[in-house]
This record gives sequence, C-alpha cells and structure tokens, in this order.
Amino acid sequence: MTRSVTLRVDPTACRAHGLCAEMLPDLVRLDEWGYPIIGPEAVVAGRERDVRAAVRACPTLALRLRRSDSSC
Amino acid sequence: MTTTVPDLRPVEVCAPRLLAGWFATGAAADHAAHVARYGPVPVAAFRHRAGRAALIETVARAGLRGRGGGGFPTARKLAAVAAARGRPVVVANGCEGDPASLKDRALLEIAPHLVLDGMVLAATAVGAREAVLCLAEGGLQVARIAAALAERSGTDPVRVRVTEVPHRYVASEESALARFLTRGDARPAMTPPRPSQRGVHGRPTLVDNVETLAHLALIARYGDEWYRGCGTAGAPGTTLVTIGGAVWHPGVYEIEHGTSLASVLDEAGGPAAPARAVLVGGLGGAWLGTPFADVAFTPEDLRAAGAVGGGVAALVVLPRRACGLAETARVLRYLAAESARQCGPCMFGLPAIADDMTKLAVGGGGPAVLERLRQRLDVVRGRGACAHPDGATAVASSALRVFADDVEGHVAGAPCGSAGLRTWLPLPGVGT
Repeated sequence: MTRSVTLRVDPTACRAHGLCAEMLPDLVRLDEWGYPIIGPEAVVAGRERDVRAAVRACPTLALRLRRSDSSC
Repeated sequence: MTTTVPDLRPVEVCAPRLLAGWFATGAAADHAAHVARYGPVPVAAFRHRAGRAALIETVARAGLRGRGGGGFPTARKLAAVAAARGRPVVVANGCEGDPASLKDRALLEIAPHLVLDGMVLAATAVGAREAVLCLAEGGLQVARIAAALAERSGTDPVRVRVTEVPHRYVASEESALARFLTRGDARPAMTPPRPSQRGVHGRPTLVDNVETLAHLALIARYGDEWYRGCGTAGAPGTTLVTIGGAVWHPGVYEIEHGTSLASVLDEAGGPAAPARAVLVGGLGGAWLGTPFADVAFTPEDLRAAGAVGGGVAALVVLPRRACGLAETARVLRYLAAESARQCGPCMFGLPAIADDMTKLAVGGGGPAVLERLRQRLDVVRGRGACAHPDGATAVASSALRVFADDVEGHVAGAPCGSAGLRTWLPLPGVGT
C-alpha cells in the first residue's frame, strides 16, 4: 500500500539554493527571487524516487514530504 | 447546569459589557471595584474534570471567537489544549502589534482584572497551573498589570506572570509568542505543530487574545445565554473596536456585533469629512469602498462586503480628498519593514510590492508596474510561515479593487490629487 504524499517547503528554512527546481523542473518553479513555488497536488505515482532524491539534496533541509492525509 | 454563579449581579445585557465599569465610573477598575461589580472569579464552580468540561461547553455554546484577528472558535482551542498530552500553559496575548488597533491596551488599562480573571478561568478549563500575560515591551500596561497582580496576590489558584515582548508586527502571532517564551525569539515558527499541540517548552499552549479572555470571564459568570443575548446568531456578543482616521473622536469603543458601520462610526462622532473608504481589520485587512454605511459589523458581513482578510476589529476612515493608493503604499512599506525576514517570499516580495504600489501612487510607472504588481501579489500570497504576507497582499489587492478609478488615473499619468496632504494611517516610522 502506498500513501499519497505532497511536496512542501518550509519557507523559514529555504535559502533559495534552487536545487529542487533543478531536479524537479516539472514540479517546482522558482519565483523572481529564486524561491520555490510548489503546487498543492499530490506527488504522482512513479515520481517518489525523484522527489525523495530532491528532498535529500536540499542543502537547508527545507524541502519536505508530507503525507496528504495529515492535517493542515 | 451548575456553571452559572447565582449570587452575582448581572451586568448590562448589551454594550458596554467589558467597558461597563469604565462607563459607570470613568475610572480604571481596581480589584475592589472589579469584585464589587462582577463578584470574585468563579473558579470554584469549574474545578475537577466535570467542571472544566462544563466551562469549555459553556464557551462553545456562547459561540465566543478569538478577538486577536484570527476569529477561531475559542472553545475548540480550549478543548484541543485540554486534550493534548502534557501540562498546558496559558498565554494571554496583549502585545497588539497592529498600529491601527488600541483596544487591547485600553482594555488592559480600564479592566485589567477581567483579563486576569479570564486567564485564571482559561487555565482552569485546560488544567494549566501557569499563565503568562504577554505585553508590548515598555508599554504603560506593564506597570498597570503589575499593580493589578499585586492586588490579587495569593488569591488565584494559577500562577500568573507578565512577560514583555519586543515590538514587532508579527511578534503577537501565536507561534511567535510560543517561540519567544521558549527561546527568546519572537518570530513566527513553521506550523504545524500548532502551539495548542506543542508550544511553550513543548507543552500544549493556549494562546488567546486578552479581549477574548475578558469575554470568557463574563461568560463563566453569566452563562452562554446571557452572552448570546446581544449581537447576531453568527457573531454573538459585543466587540471592542478601534476607530481612527477621519472621524471626530478616534478611540476605542465597545459595540454590539451586527451594528451597521454607519452606527459604529457614529460612536466616534461620525466621519469628520465625506468618506472615500474605510480600512477594516487593521493594516493587513482590506479597504471597503462606499457605500459601506449599511454593512453590519460582523466578521461574516464584512467578509461578504469585501473585507476578505478578516483581522482585528479596527476601522480607519479615509476621507475623499486622500489618495487610497498613497496610503496603501505607506501601509505596505510599513508591513515590508516589519517582516521577520525569515521567509524569502515575504522578505523580498513585500518590499517589491510596496515599491510597485509606491510607483503606482507617485505615477509614471505606466501599465507595466500595475501588471507586475498584480503578478507579485499572486506569487507572494500564501507563501510565508505565518499570515504576514497574506495580510499585505490582501490590503494591496483591496486597494487595486476599491481605488480602481485612482489606479486608472495614476497609470495614465494623472497627478495625484492628494499629494502633499496629511496622511491618515497611524504608521510609526513611515513618512509620506
């Protein structure tokens, strides 16, 4: 059983390194100041590996995965 | 029901409730005057598990909602904190960071014991032994509350202390207060977890506005039916409101929920000049254009009329001769400077938005500036850890909507008719 997850950023931790947009260009775009804009949609099946790799690569650990069924 | 205390004299059915003592005597209430009016704090009626549950249930039936700007149902917060693991802490928020609001300061000076009663009762309801009253650093209220606490020393079952919080617009956001009391850093934290789950030193923390707690102190005494005997079904009771700008008698007033905006402004002597718009909800609120006279003062009615941001109960009247865009640009510069500078979209986006609005107000930017401003409002909204950027985008968006004529004129290069005139919004540190 796989749980659906969404990609989130902790805006207080993000320092606009931009690796997430580099690694996940279809899921993350950057604003004019270099900070990621991520849609609210759940990560589609088959992309979990890429997404987890991007989460691990974030230099400030600002990129997170959140289970969609959790509150807020 | 055993939750109402029988031998207390009922206070006035409708407004003023919180300010009843002030209206009767013109003096701030010391503890003796407070007890003579309202009786002692009825903690004994709410002891033990059943009593605590009954108090929360009474607050739920009263329909009390938070008065700090969020409007969250108070009983739900009480229940969440009471149910969370660990010994809870109660935090009363009297910081009042929004310069358009003075009502918490007024309440703390006029009726400090209602706030302290509310803290003791809220602590009783959630099973806390400790309550902290957060006040703006260096404010007059600090000495006032210290004196009030000395008057009650030893009589409360809860330890109440005061903490001064350095001024910052976002410092009174509830996660910022919890973080300040834990680590001395008054900046908002990423939520979840909410303070109700994990707040001060990891303990479940009830953060309530001081006015909310004062209402709670009256509900505990007179019951939910009494509370609902005034106001509307959706917004029962009364509310303190700060009225400023172009009115004859700016100040803090207590009004019944559902009163028309015209009648609310009449409390302050009415508009001192023909009104162009009114800012509702503080600096992170929204402008309402004319005609607003018949809009009822409840969160729902104000939202339906266009004050989508919610926010604290504050009204600032803008006269016709003022420029709404110039005033909004000043608000945005203030909010940009008050960013906690933690989140990029807020740290960089707010100054950019303020700059666009300033260019728009000054004129000469042309349609490109307007287009860029609209885009930036969309990009920045919802991307902070707290609601600070959302307040800024809400007030900016409402300005573009309400002052659409001025936008058109300024974009076309027409000179601003109000240039060089006085400004209307109270913004410490911001020039014209």
